[in-house]
Amino acid sequence: MKLTRKAAPVALATTLALTLAACAQSDRTSDGNASSGGGDVKDTITFGAAGAPELFDPFYATDGETFRVTRQMMEGLVGIKPGTADIEPELATKWEASADGKEWTFSLREGVKFWDGEAFNAAAVCYNMERMSDQNEVAAGGPAGYWADVMGGFKKDGADALYQGCTAKDDMTAVIKISRATSKFPTALSLDSFSMQSPKALKAGDANNVTKQGDGFGYPAYSKNPVGTGPYKLDKYDEANKTVTLVRNDAYWGEKAKTAKLVFKIIPDESTRRQELEAGSIDGYDLPNPADWKGLKDSGNNVLVRPAFNILYMGLNPAKNPKLKDLKVRQALYYALNREQLVKTQLPEGAQVATQFMPDTVAGYNKDLKPYAYDKAKAQSLLKEAGAEGMTLTFAYPSEVSRPYMPDPQKIYEALRGDLEAVGIKVNVVTKPWNGGYLDTVDNGGYDAWLLGWTGDYNSPDNFIGTFFGGLKTNDFHTSATSYGAKLSADLAAADAIVDEGQRAAAYEKLNQEIMEQDLPGLAISHSPPALVVSAKLKGLVASPLTAETFSSVTVSK
Amino acid sequence: MLRFILRRLLQMMGVVIVLSLLVFLWLRSLPGGTVSAILGEKATPARRAALEKALGLDEPLYVQYWEFVKRAVKGQFGSSTGVLPGVDAFQIFLQRFPATVELSIFALVLAVALGIPLGYMAARRRASWFDNLSVVGSLIGVAVPVFFLAFLLKYVFAVNLHWLPVSGRQDPGLDATRVTGFFVLDGLLTREFDAAWDAIKHLILPGLALATIPFAVIFRITRAAVLEVMDEDYVRTAESKGLTARVIRGRHILRNALLPVVTTIGLQTGGLLVGAVLTERVFSFGGLGEATALSFERKDYAVLQVLLLMFAVTFVIINLLVDIAYAVIDPRIRTR
Repeated sequence: MKLTRKAAPVALATTLALTLAACAQSDRTSDGNASSGGGDVKDTITFGAAGAPELFDPFYATDGETFRVTRQMMEGLVGIKPGTADIEPELATKWEASADGKEWTFSLREGVKFWDGEAFNAAAVCYNMERMSDQNEVAAGGPAGYWADVMGGFKKDGADALYQGCTAKDDMTAVIKISRATSKFPTALSLDSFSMQSPKALKAGDANNVTKQGDGFGYPAYSKNPVGTGPYKLDKYDEANKTVTLVRNDAYWGEKAKTAKLVFKIIPDESTRRQELEAGSIDGYDLPNPADWKGLKDSGNNVLVRPAFNILYMGLNPAKNPKLKDLKVRQALYYALNREQLVKTQLPEGAQVATQFMPDTVAGYNKDLKPYAYDKAKAQSLLKEAGAEGMTLTFAYPSEVSRPYMPDPQKIYEALRGDLEAVGIKVNVVTKPWNGGYLDTVDNGGYDAWLLGWTGDYNSPDNFIGTFFGGLKTNDFHTSATSYGAKLSADLAAADAIVDEGQRAAAYEKLNQEIMEQDLPGLAISHSPPALVVSAKLKGLVASPLTAETFSSVTVSK
Repeated sequence: MLRFILRRLLQMMGVVIVLSLLVFLWLRSLPGGTVSAILGEKATPARRAALEKALGLDEPLYVQYWEFVKRAVKGQFGSSTGVLPGVDAFQIFLQRFPATVELSIFALVLAVALGIPLGYMAARRRASWFDNLSVVGSLIGVAVPVFFLAFLLKYVFAVNLHWLPVSGRQDPGLDATRVTGFFVLDGLLTREFDAAWDAIKHLILPGLALATIPFAVIFRITRAAVLEVMDEDYVRTAESKGLTARVIRGRHILRNALLPVVTTIGLQTGGLLVGAVLTERVFSFGGLGEATALSFERKDYAVLQVLLLMFAVTFVIINLLVDIAYAVIDPRIRTR
């Protein structure tokens, strides 16, 4: 048969289509087609995520979007009591420290298995700890960030690192040795990064083989096929359709997940997440814009407000502006700020004026401290006493960013700037994009004053004031340029090393008072509660101050 | 013809090499960067230095560029740090390319299928109410910002009427099989027709939003071209020869009027990639446009480099195709 010129392309296209069709076969499972669960509840929870998970091995992750997914699949020795920042037993049922606080004995939960059938025991714990500590150069410099932060070093750093080894005392008892007593232990073990994973799967997937690939990191096969002990396990990550699907782990040791499937749909645009919720195609999403809270509630959704576990502060750099070396000037700035007003007008409902650099849920919070109340006259007279009337302050804020403690940096900044100008301070307005030089300039000490904050990783005072003022040479507040800096760093380290919890809390309370009344390295502004929003049909989700929500007890009615 | 195509492809390589250097230098001259984007508040000088070292960003620029070229020749562009961390940037391009192509084709078909007939009809009924209305309509199409239009479309058709999905490419509950990455095609090939239909439903709103500008431009160019051609002597000659209206319309008016329209379509196809950056972002449509926006926000050098280079290649190829189409429509070009 001879093909005409016009028919030839059609024939070619048909042949191609048929060939492709022959190769293509549906691999749907019989129940894969949007099946519905029995009874009144749906068999799937769909949650709107703002970003893609980095990978599924939480050890190399540092971002909330990854942890939101891995938290459903992995568990640590130490867990977090739902709705609080306090720790509770998880894979360890109890723990005990030696008298010097350097040896921690963990009794492990019996009858726990990883999904691949491997038993969870002391050998598995020690394998995990050793695996985390033993990182190559590339991983140590980058992705293993939480270990670097908490442990201060890796196996190659020897005695400098906090973690010093793990031994299996018996099958269900693991002993972890650390180089010095610290308030981080055992709290920091509740971090998602330090979850327990199957030794067999870690070995098989060459889990530690992180490589440098151009300007980024290459992760081993394991990072796509993790194995944990949690109530859900990974079903698939459809990168093209931007969805992560988890399915119930039927062999879970505890109460089984109430809903069979958990889908995270990645929707980077916030207003699109809201529309998806309104259209009923997702059951909830994280971090709704505080300006939308009321509207969302009015349309019948539930805004779940998390207890604030963060701090917004105005950083001060006495090395850049010598006038800031005078305590009177720093106090004057503080008295000039009308923070009551700021909290009422610019921050979400439930936000509080800060009295110190940590929220009240942290052990060591000093409840007797009173906020520096707004007092314009006092601010002016302090400035006069210090000879700093009409001083100039280069005060910066970030653009192109929204953080839980700072939903709208520009508006917050404008309010604070107005207050400062009202007492005669000349404010040099500076702004830079968050990822476009702002953070770098803060780190390099380029501003006199700046807006920044922190969301705590785990419930330890060291995670707040230790991070801010601990490293004398490295902290953003440049306390090394002040008379109190060296003592404050030393006192913080000493408080961190107190073994007795009560004594430690007392020491931190005293330090908080000193920081606020005598040192005032910066101005603690406020704590703002972030929120999640869920449809009225979704029940059982408990908002966590650490954003450590778990979905195993969640149901969605039809 | 073959020599012409080869020459253009060689030119393209030159463009890519020069552009790779420019993009490389431009990205690294931006303030901030990958390290800040990854570390956020946790950026202490020590962590910053460690991460820079781990990523090789502490090396001199020429060393970094040489490393980049050495890898690029092997088809490795480095791992993403922000869009899909750990995944090779070129993989991300390949994975997201079908989404953008699917969306662009849909939008282009929509723009052409509406723009040419409406443009022709408006020209034939010049100064009628239809003409006036169409011209105003096309002006609005160009003037309304895409994100606003997208918001309205979603609000009306997805949130209120529930006719169409708000965002994404396919309902995850369908558990559709992937073959080519073109979701509609995959659904047809695997005979999962519900999945194909669902993918089409997901294309409609972003397709409409993306089509507005090319539609308006194609409409106006067609109208102008038809008006011009209608006054040509050869049309009058054809009419006086007594040719049927159908032949005059098809062979004499439209065919000649289409030349500028084809060029416009070519240019608009390139423009669709730009439009896709906004449209895909607001519809959370996982294509190249969204990847570009995200990689810029997160300072994902590897991905941004690949995407910008591949955009340039796509532009050159589209222009080449337009030139070839030109030769097909206008035989005079072939002889030159």
